[in-house]
Amino acid sequence: MRYLPLNQSDREAMLAKIGVDHIDDLFKDVPEQALLKQPLDLPAHQSEMQVDRDFRAIAGKNIPAGSVPFFCGAGAYRHYVPSSVDYLIQRGEFLTAYTPYQPEISQGTLQALYEFQTQIAQITGMDVSNASMYDGSTACGEAVLMARRITRKKRAILSGTLHPQYIDVVRTMTKYTDDVAVANPVGQGDVDALIDQIDDDTSCVVVQNPDFFGNLQDFSALAEALHARKALLIVVVTEVVSLGAVRSPGSMGADIVVGEGQSIGNGLAFGGPYVGLLATRQKYVRTMPGRVCGETVDANGKRGYVLTLSTREQHIRREKATSNICTNAGLCTLAFTIHMTLLGEKGFRHLARLNHAKAVQLADRLSAIEGVAVLNDSFFNEFTVALPVDAAEAVENLVDVEIIAGVPLSRLYPDNIELKNQLLVAVTETTTDEDMDQLVSELKELVK
Amino acid sequence: MMNKQGRQTDIKAAAELAPTHFETFSGSRGLEQDEPLIYEIGDGERSGVDLEEIGAFEDRLGGITRDHEIGLAGLSEPEAMRHYTRLSRQNYAIDIGMYPLGSCTMKHNPRLNEKVARLPGLADIHPLQPVSTVQGALDLIDTLAHWLKTLTGMPAIAMSPKAGAHGELCGMMAIRAALEKRGEKRTIVLAPESSHGTNPATAALCGYTVKAIPATVDGRVDLAALKEALGPDVAAIMLTNPNTCGLFERDIIEIADAVHAAGGYFYCDGANFNAIVGKVRPGDLGVDAMHFNLHKTFSTPHGGGGPGAGPVVFSAALAPFAPLPYVIHDDEGFALQEHIEADGDSRDSFGRMTAFHGQMGMFVRTLAYVMSHGADGLRQVSEDSVLNANYILASLQDVMTASFEGPCMHEALFDDRFLKGTGVETLDFAKAMIDEGYHPMTMYFPLVVHGAMLIEPTESESKQSMDQFIGAMRHLVAQAKAGNMQLFSGAPYFAPRKRLDETLAARKPVLRWTRPE
Repeated sequence: MRYLPLNQSDREAMLAKIGVDHIDDLFKDVPEQALLKQPLDLPAHQSEMQVDRDFRAIAGKNIPAGSVPFFCGAGAYRHYVPSSVDYLIQRGEFLTAYTPYQPEISQGTLQALYEFQTQIAQITGMDVSNASMYDGSTACGEAVLMARRITRKKRAILSGTLHPQYIDVVRTMTKYTDDVAVANPVGQGDVDALIDQIDDDTSCVVVQNPDFFGNLQDFSALAEALHARKALLIVVVTEVVSLGAVRSPGSMGADIVVGEGQSIGNGLAFGGPYVGLLATRQKYVRTMPGRVCGETVDANGKRGYVLTLSTREQHIRREKATSNICTNAGLCTLAFTIHMTLLGEKGFRHLARLNHAKAVQLADRLSAIEGVAVLNDSFFNEFTVALPVDAAEAVENLVDVEIIAGVPLSRLYPDNIELKNQLLVAVTETTTDEDMDQLVSELKELVK
Repeated sequence: MMNKQGRQTDIKAAAELAPTHFETFSGSRGLEQDEPLIYEIGDGERSGVDLEEIGAFEDRLGGITRDHEIGLAGLSEPEAMRHYTRLSRQNYAIDIGMYPLGSCTMKHNPRLNEKVARLPGLADIHPLQPVSTVQGALDLIDTLAHWLKTLTGMPAIAMSPKAGAHGELCGMMAIRAALEKRGEKRTIVLAPESSHGTNPATAALCGYTVKAIPATVDGRVDLAALKEALGPDVAAIMLTNPNTCGLFERDIIEIADAVHAAGGYFYCDGANFNAIVGKVRPGDLGVDAMHFNLHKTFSTPHGGGGPGAGPVVFSAALAPFAPLPYVIHDDEGFALQEHIEADGDSRDSFGRMTAFHGQMGMFVRTLAYVMSHGADGLRQVSEDSVLNANYILASLQDVMTASFEGPCMHEALFDDRFLKGTGVETLDFAKAMIDEGYHPMTMYFPLVVHGAMLIEPTESESKQSMDQFIGAMRHLVAQAKAGNMQLFSGAPYFAPRKRLDETLAARKPVLRWTRPE
């Protein structure tokens, strides 16, 4: 077997050194009836070439986003990742290292994390960031639990325009923690209405910008109202590229910003692995979940980095930890950081504007189709389209002409009749004029 | 040897003249390049990407257009390549040498797995594109689920948890949901003193109080104490098996029976599954739920701290409470159950743990790993990992102090008794291993022995590699006993950094770069 270096004579010599006759003598503590006598009923080993071939066959049964005009978003976005990113993250020194427990021989990972934390703090307009969570949805759940720790209040209000799967995850994570997560009816996310809902038990209000339907809002007034009641504003960002074009949540008064960082450096990968972001104010650092990297000096006075504030974490604090998270999204944060470094200030802001420009272009062209309406007043690179027909059926029909037109809202809100004809359409820098031409002409045909 | 001018290169003189320690002008030392932060070498104008021009248009950003500079630093592509390549060289990694970090299973990461994970049909698919266009992806998840269920002898699986600790949460939430369905309000979770920190942290997230179970002198759960602790208030036991001392819990079946008889469930922390994969099925031991760490047992890269993946297998009793989503078959092929239906099989599901469907990129790598090994190869994996650990135990126990009598499973636990009187502590010993070219073992865990050193070689190490490691360890023990303190107290000497001041980092946290005033 190509991955196993021991040969039979090694094994025999080692058994002799140990002083046993047979490998099963080393399994003597396993109850006799539980030790399998035969290999399980699963296929036998295969050569690299055979496995490679099998995977090509499996992969061939899917339609890759890059092979057709493609307009899906809803929390996962197709962006172009520079070739150097994937090369660098596959260097063995990054790929095959683990959590930097021994900082003297992990400065590569640690310095990259420090750069990542700085980038996240900058784009969100916050003071500090942690070293990542699993993904945006779990980061959102963690933020709600963190708000409870800070405010010692139990009631979290979730905007009705928060990603519905994020709402589900918050509900799951607070199910047995004695918190109360109140989710507003679908679509209800207006700032004035949210302000009216704040009471003395409110720990936080969770909003999304751009929201799930693509709309943008200024949450400054909400932040002010929350702070007056000693409660927190949590802003969720599922399309992190938007932060290059719109004001940061920090500038609106957010206390915790969480998000999905997949758009930068990371591919679609059918939903994971992605990279969860969590940033906050300096004063809340000690209530943050997850790992965090900090600057220090070594015995020679030379600058270096270490994992720090570990007294918040499960391996030290056990049941009193701020979270049970251990392994996070290491390599995905590295991909994020390298891509963001390649973009820089200028590239990131240009990329954001380019996404928006293309989205405006498609929104205008779709609105011009008779019977089709774009429902947004404002948007970044994604908007909601009302069709005169069932949106899920329209998407299926467009697959036949090799277009993947977007995410029908019924996929996420199956019980909501009012949303049945609505389609969420995302546009990125990867969308070409020809892609738009095809979507517009086929959609025209379809709704005729 | 001649140089360019035809002059003899005097190697001997060079060796004698070279000062052993001096500061260079650049701060670099030959191949070891000192590298500043991107903010100290890049700026706001530089970029490593070229993007198409944008024509004039009216924005629709709702009046919240960004009006402030972000402060990001950019680098051109050659600068970025150099920056991150230099950083990479300051890391230790499996590709460089033995990384015997106990309970982390730092085994070889096959590159075929990286290659297939990047096939466009697997890497470039969206979680919400029509199900009809991702039949291969759903087939792959279903196939991997079959492997994992068969390897454990368990009837059901949740694929979506994102890492081991997330899997623990998944398993414990299913247990609480099952108990609530039975109308029972149990409040206590039992866990051995030696358990991973994630176990009590997870139990707390599920609203449980954790009660520690003591260990016997031979490093196992004290069965009598466990039976004493069981009662109508106990929801579950969380147990790692093989346990964190690297030992198989001999009484495991009796433990499971006792927990079940008391109406509780058995959660197994599967972090150490590598020791028994293909050899023992947790389902035969009475386990109700167990998470995998795909990055441990199945070799998806550790990546400097993730991403992991933590699917959870369930017994028939817990299966109805498994989270969404999951793959189902219907007449038209594969489909996804993404919502709870009040009158369907999903009615008792405790809900959703994450957006989308889990760590697909890790599933691809895992399936490539198990298909490459096959049932026969996986069995060999567990046997070789156990053999390697016992070889280390047998080769070091005359000079180091093994905490418990062997055989061990896939990792060998030592404590610091052998260092008594030398002035050298576990930490110093670990740092000296760095100078010998090794990543240190896990230290100070488990907490049940003093100055723990937990060595997990994995099946990826050859006999030669382990003999070299054993030689280095024996050398260090001899040096410690000979009173050569300097070798330890200042270690590491040959690393990009000397020991770092962790107290300073925690007391005055500096967690990001800021522009100097």
